[in-house]
Amino acid sequence: MARRATRAVAARLATSRLDGLGLRHAPGWRVLPLIVAGMAFLAALALAGAQGAAELGRHWQQGAGATLTVQIPRPAAAPTPPVAQGETRRDRVITLLRGTPGISGVRPLAEAELSDLLRPWLGTNAEQLALPLPAVVAVTVTTDGPDIPALAARLEAAAPGTLTESHGPWVRRLGLLARSLRLCALAALGLVAAVAAGIIMVATRAALASRREVVEILHGLGATDFYVADRFARRASRAAGLGGIVGLALAVPVVAVLAALAAPFVSTLPIEAALPGPAELAASLARLPPTLLWSLPAVPVSAALIGYVAAQLAVRAWLRRLP
Amino acid sequence: MIRAEGVGLRYGESGAEAEAPEVLQSLSFNVPGGGWRWLLGPSGAGKSSLLRLLHVQARPTRGRLQLMGVDVGEARRKDLPPLRRRIGMVFQDFRLVSHLTVFDNVALPLRLGGRAEGQLRADVTEMLRWVGLSKVAEMRPAMLSGGEQQRVAIARAVIVRPLLLLADEPTGNLDDVQAERLMVLLQEMNRLGTTVIVATHNMQLVDRHPGPALELARGRLVHDG
Repeated sequence: MARRATRAVAARLATSRLDGLGLRHAPGWRVLPLIVAGMAFLAALALAGAQGAAELGRHWQQGAGATLTVQIPRPAAAPTPPVAQGETRRDRVITLLRGTPGISGVRPLAEAELSDLLRPWLGTNAEQLALPLPAVVAVTVTTDGPDIPALAARLEAAAPGTLTESHGPWVRRLGLLARSLRLCALAALGLVAAVAAGIIMVATRAALASRREVVEILHGLGATDFYVADRFARRASRAAGLGGIVGLALAVPVVAVLAALAAPFVSTLPIEAALPGPAELAASLARLPPTLLWSLPAVPVSAALIGYVAAQLAVRAWLRRLP
Repeated sequence: MIRAEGVGLRYGESGAEAEAPEVLQSLSFNVPGGGWRWLLGPSGAGKSSLLRLLHVQARPTRGRLQLMGVDVGEARRKDLPPLRRRIGMVFQDFRLVSHLTVFDNVALPLRLGGRAEGQLRADVTEMLRWVGLSKVAEMRPAMLSGGEQQRVAIARAVIVRPLLLLADEPTGNLDDVQAERLMVLLQEMNRLGTTVIVATHNMQLVDRHPGPALELARGRLVHDG
C-alpha cells in the first residue's frame, strides 16, 4: 500500500518535472509571486474596507438611526399648560411616547447622564452652575417607526417647548457614505484583480517567449492547446497562489490594527486614547465580521484561480498563431 | 494515405496572405499507405514547405490535402493534434528538447498521447536499444554527437509507430556511415508498413537507395514517380 502511494507520488513528481517545457526556469515566473503579493495585500485591505464600511453602515442604521432624542425644557423656559395632579411635563411626554405605536423603548436620562454629556463643554462642575437643563428622553423606534413630524407636534402640544430630534437624516447620509465607500472598495478590489490578471498574462507571455521553440516542438508532436496551456497555467497559478499567501500574511496585522481602531464604532467597546496593544489586536481579529473571516482566505485562492485563468487565456491566444 | 489536389501554400498573416507569393503551387499527387517517396529538388524548391503541410504545421491556402482521410484544410483545430500524433517527423536540426534527457525526449510523444508512466518505460527502453542509445539514456542531447542526436530524433519520431514518417534532410549532419545506418532504419520502418517521405538534395543517397520520388522546382511538382 505504502509502496504504491510512494510510486504514485514519484510518478506525479516525475510528470511535473518532465512537463517538457522546463517552465521552472522560465524568466517570467521569478518576480510574479512578489508582484502578486503586493496585489493580494491591496486586495485584502480593499476587502476589509468593503466589509468594514458595510458593518459601520449597518451599525449606524441599527443604532443612531433607530433613536430619537426628546428634550423637555423646564417650565421656566416654556409656558406650561394645566398639569394633572402629580404629573410633571416629563411624565406626560413619557406617557404619550409609551402609548405611541412604533416606539419600542423610552428611557429618561438621569441627571448624572446629562452631566456626563455636558462635561466636555461645561467641565466637571456642571451641576453647580444651576443651569435650567431640560429633561432628556432617549427613544428607540422600530423599523416601521412613527411619523416623526406628527409625533413632534403631539409632544409639543402636550408639553410646549418640547424638541424632538430625529437622527435619521444624518444617519441616512452616513449610510450613503458607507455604501459609497463599500462600492469604492469593491471597485478597487476588481481593479486589483484585473491588474493582477494583466501582469500574470504579461509574465506568461515572457515565459512563453523563452520557451517558444519547445512549445513549437510539442505542438508538432501532437500536444493539444490544453496540454500546453495547462502546464503554463499550473505554474502561473502556483506562483500567484504563493504571492497571495504572502500578501495575505502581510495584510492580516494591518487589518487587525484597523479592526481594533474601528471596534468602538461598531460595538459597545469604550474608546481608548492609547493605540491598541497586541492582546487587543488579537481580540479584534476574533471580532472580525464572519463574512470577512471567510473572505480573507479567499484572497490567495482567488489569486491562484486568476493566475490559472489568465495564463490559460494568454497561452491559448498565442497558440492560435499555430495551425 | 496522402491525397493532394491542386494544393497551394502562401505564408503570412491572414489577410496579408493574398499579398505573399505562393511557395507551393497546384500540387497534385497521391501516396498510398506503406509507400515510399523521395522528395527532391534544389534549395528553395518548396520541399520544406511541403513537409510542413504534411506535418500539419501549416494548412493549404488553396486546393485540398487529405492525410489519413482527414481534410487538413477543413478539419477543426481540435482534430489536428490526434492527426499529428500519427505522424513522425525527423528534422535536419533534430529539434530535441535540450533540458530533457534522451529517455525523456523519446518518451515525450507517448506522454503527450496520455500513456501512463508505468507503461512507457519498456517501450522507450526497447526503442533506445533499437537505435543503439541505451547507454546514453540519461544524458542530455547537448552531450551527444550529431549522429547520436539524429538517432534520438528518429527514436522520438517512431516511438508512437506513426502511419506517416517524414524526414527533412535527415542525413545532412551525418557522415556516410551514420547516414547509411539511418537509411536502414527508415527502410525498416517502411517495411513495417509506415509511409515514408524523405526530403533530400543528396542524389548519391538516392542513387544508393532508389525509389519513387516527388520532384519540386520553384514550388511546382515537376516529377511524380
